[in-house]
Amino acid sequence: MSRRLAEAFAPGSVAAQVAAADWRAATRVAGDLLVASGRTTPSYTEDIIQMLEELGPYQVIAPGIALVHARPSEAVLTTGLSLAVLEQPVEFGSKANDPVRLVFGLAAQHHDSHIEVLAEIANKLSNERFVNSLLTIHSESDFQRLLSDS
Amino acid sequence: MKILAVCGAGVGTSVLLKMNAEKALRTLDLEAEVVAMNLANALEVQDAQVILTTPDLVAKLEGTRSEVIAIEGIFDLNEIGEKLEKALG
Repeated sequence: MSRRLAEAFAPGSVAAQVAAADWRAATRVAGDLLVASGRTTPSYTEDIIQMLEELGPYQVIAPGIALVHARPSEAVLTTGLSLAVLEQPVEFGSKANDPVRLVFGLAAQHHDSHIEVLAEIANKLSNERFVNSLLTIHSESDFQRLLSDS
Repeated sequence: MKILAVCGAGVGTSVLLKMNAEKALRTLDLEAEVVAMNLANALEVQDAQVILTTPDLVAKLEGTRSEVIAIEGIFDLNEIGEKLEKALG
């Protein structure tokens, strides 16, 4: 396992089988996890929602997977990731990639501090078996175990 | 030759697009510099031949001098490669 990737997900950054009614609620869960794990202040979550309202669902990066984020700002305390695995999928409005069950939150403090971590998670997400396993986790420790096994 | 990979924030989607564009360029044996940035900054760049972005952001890039290419699947190296080859080849 990459230690860098495991460290990107701080304690409290992962929630499994979460209920969310729509994309806003799902985005808020991923944002709240960034706050809970010490990465951002709550205003960052509002920045993400505003950006998605303004620009559309382009942050749904692959089938079933969103990587929600806003610009680097003072609302980012330190670079890191969060993950909300949704119990039921939600629609973001992405023609190509809806519906979404994996919502990653990304907090980037600078424009380049997170690139290697992003490359590693992208690499993992290109593995269908890893993605399918992610959908079945029930706890943060399941997630950590999955990361260290893969 | 300069290519921009563009998204709203310039730190997430555009970075993934940049990584995958670089892979596609290697496969095509084409040399280009790929830079990830946000929409506002991209509109100020004068010397990029091509801008890669996602379909819902194309309209936001109106007014640029660069050729704007919409990528449906940012992890689809075949799509990225074909579109880059057409634009650059």
